[in-house]
Amino acid sequence: MTTATGTTRATGAVGTARTRIEGLDKVTGAARYAGEVPFAGLAHGWVVVSTVARGRVRSIDDAPVREMPGVLAVLHHGNAPRLQEGFVGTLGPDPVAEIFQRDRVPHVGWPVALVVAETSEQAREAAETLVVEYDTEPHDVAFDPRHPDRYTPEATVQGPAVTEKGDLEAELAASTVVVDELYTTPEQHHNAMEPHAAMARWDGGRLEVVDTSQGTMMTATDLAALFQLDPESVHVRSEHIGGGFGSKGWLRAHNVLAVMAATVVGRPVRVVLTRRQVFSLTGYRSPTAQRVRLGADAEGRLRALDHDGVSLTSTLTEFVEATGGYGRAMYEAEALRTANHVVRLDVPTPTFMRAPGEAPGSFALESALDELAEKCGLDPIELRARNEPAVGPVTGLPFADRELLTCFREGARRFNWEGRDPRPGVRRDGRWLLGTGTAAATFPAGVAPSTAAVTAEADGTFTVRINAADVGTGARTALAQVAADALGADLDRIRVRIGDSDLGQAWLSGGSMGTRSWSWAVMAAAAELRERLALSAELPPEGITVRSDTTEAVGALAERERHSYGAQFAEVAVDVNTGEVRVRRMLGIFAAGRIVNPLTARSQFVGGMTWGLSMALHEEAIRDRVSGGLANGDLAGYHFAANADVPVIEADWVHDPDPDDPVGIKGIGEIGIVGAAAAIANAVRHATGVRHRALPIRPDRVLAAAGAVPEGTTRA
Amino acid sequence: MVPPTSSATETSSGITLNVNGEKHTLPVDHRTTLLDALRERLDLTGTKKGCDQGQCGACTVLVDGRRTLSCLKFAVTAEGREITTIEGVADGGQLHPVQQAFLDLDGYQCGYCTPGQICSAIAVIEEHAAGWPSAATADVRPDAEPAPLDADEIRERMSGNLCRCGAYVAIVEAVARAADEVRDGRAQTEEAVA
Repeated sequence: MTTATGTTRATGAVGTARTRIEGLDKVTGAARYAGEVPFAGLAHGWVVVSTVARGRVRSIDDAPVREMPGVLAVLHHGNAPRLQEGFVGTLGPDPVAEIFQRDRVPHVGWPVALVVAETSEQAREAAETLVVEYDTEPHDVAFDPRHPDRYTPEATVQGPAVTEKGDLEAELAASTVVVDELYTTPEQHHNAMEPHAAMARWDGGRLEVVDTSQGTMMTATDLAALFQLDPESVHVRSEHIGGGFGSKGWLRAHNVLAVMAATVVGRPVRVVLTRRQVFSLTGYRSPTAQRVRLGADAEGRLRALDHDGVSLTSTLTEFVEATGGYGRAMYEAEALRTANHVVRLDVPTPTFMRAPGEAPGSFALESALDELAEKCGLDPIELRARNEPAVGPVTGLPFADRELLTCFREGARRFNWEGRDPRPGVRRDGRWLLGTGTAAATFPAGVAPSTAAVTAEADGTFTVRINAADVGTGARTALAQVAADALGADLDRIRVRIGDSDLGQAWLSGGSMGTRSWSWAVMAAAAELRERLALSAELPPEGITVRSDTTEAVGALAERERHSYGAQFAEVAVDVNTGEVRVRRMLGIFAAGRIVNPLTARSQFVGGMTWGLSMALHEEAIRDRVSGGLANGDLAGYHFAANADVPVIEADWVHDPDPDDPVGIKGIGEIGIVGAAAAIANAVRHATGVRHRALPIRPDRVLAAAGAVPEGTTRA
Repeated sequence: MVPPTSSATETSSGITLNVNGEKHTLPVDHRTTLLDALRERLDLTGTKKGCDQGQCGACTVLVDGRRTLSCLKFAVTAEGREITTIEGVADGGQLHPVQQAFLDLDGYQCGYCTPGQICSAIAVIEEHAAGWPSAATADVRPDAEPAPLDADEIRERMSGNLCRCGAYVAIVEAVARAADEVRDGRAQTEEAVA
């Protein structure tokens, strides 16, 4: 069939606030997540992880443990089934999935054994009893941007490692005003509330896996490749997912070991990671160090922009936190260079985490622009307005649309930015110094091929089948809204089936591309079904089904700079005597495509901004150089924003339908975090006169910096 | 292997748990937490395991009306207590005002912390009505006027329940609305009785 690439403007369900289809199940406890689906004869697996950062497993004394009550098996590199060597998954080679294939220990918290037992209590005690001995080697876990082994990768998942335009050094030398600073962000962890869990069983010659997966098709395809199975024989389901944020796409210990164990013991096996294991086995955001050099003329027009980022990866595989990509399509400059470097250390493998690259990258560049604005004596919004590019600064491609300044105008109006006194450290409320800050945000607006099927049932209802995933975005509801409008049907007549690899190929929930990619496929199938229904007198008992595949239509999109934009505003209060920073209010105005469901979309934007607040003030995983493990790898030690940390956060949007998407969607999952930490850091500067270039802005850092505050503003 | 109910052994006991008004007699391993007993033995999986070490609040249930972290409580210590889980807070087909407010105001995203948030919120409303102060209460003298359950009070009292999706703003709105409804409902009941 052909797919619509027009800009059909349905009216009705899309754009109206709807509560979640699965909402009742979620507020009554009826919604079952991966570790909660009962199976007869279920056995429980408990992962044993390494306690050393580098070396080899010398011995695993499993004999006594096998005799413990309830123990069914102890799996490790000495007895595990062989997996595909040099496994290549959907996203590329992934040695992290090759568990129990060799004795090499690449980091603290690497899986070295799995105990399978009748109950989880038995499995846990046996796992804790198991004695594993290691031959250790000296390790290096210390992230240092000047590390002698740092290198420039060939490319990153998000594009080239390096882009260069113009003569950077010459433009810097010719600049009237220069900013040259280093910005750092720490190791950060996703910490979805649902720990990674999977159940696997063999049923009638098929492998069935109930997983917590952002994309069951990718999980199924990759499991088939890793275990060398016929892809048709692998079935992965994931109905409800307790958050993912990038950590639930890859094959990791929970699903690989559930499949391995179910194969060995011939029973259904469930593997649930402990919270501490989630910290070492499911990925995280690398710490970053970013040098930003900006050169401008006296009017604040950029002559030079250099964004040079360093991140770390593991010895197993290369993952680059591509901070240098943030500045590639944001601002015009005569000379523009962006670069990403990486260093391999004896640490767990980092991965995509909400706005990979953009979240830390925007902190650095949007802070640097604030510094430049101050040096130029310009309002930070005006500075950005003066550096709006006409075309993509690196690619030369036209922008599909670009409403950044519309966001700033609307945000400035609502935040009362007009008339702001730019002087730092002069506003006071009791013991608090007050300040406001702003920053821009951007995120790529992408789309990926997907398939869908829409059935007109004989009873007058419709069934939408698409292998989407709902990690908390409200995908079911949004897709029902899209289908309702495309079919001209009431929302309550639409049934949506998602989260099942048997539904076929569809993009995963990631890259802020889920709802857009799925909606396009649903729209295409529904539109054709509507035409067919108009021609048929009556429905056969099995109904009429139309399938769509957007591969061709998505591939036909013209090359453009395609992005979402936002303007972030924050007001903070800083007590320089205690070092406490409180965010008093935040406002985010976004241009992020057509908003399908304002109720759930607002939750996503505000959730992203809450992440930004958390990143600015709280989150920091601390790696102990001696042991190589985390000093704070749990939810008490790794603090992310709790309720009392979060003030009123407002998010809203401007009219910005994507000109080339059939529904007008762009994607909203990640842009909320982008720029938010910079807006807060800029506000702290405005409040105190101190620029914080290292996140998080901890009380001790505020106190240490207090001595540098202009006289008369440090103490009440 | 799970031992028979009839006799206690060194590592297990037969106990009776009163959950959502129903009595369940079952043998439990002494190492079994109340959380695992609910989830794995009684198939009440609405109560969630987020950290299993008392740090996130996802496992919050009501024990004799008070919020309790079920991951930090052994099942054998819950005998004789009245346990209410998310599956038991609605009044038949009528959602509890807190549940309805979370649903209407989108006080959640992935839903995994939601049962714990709702159980906590139900207890918060009761704790506040009973005059219990919080760290956000300005005047904690015994004869002080009860502080209103404003946004700061709700934020403070709900801070034992982490939400990684970042739904706090809507959670505070939902708890505030539900608290009003509970109070109004009580006032109407009292009027009717009077």
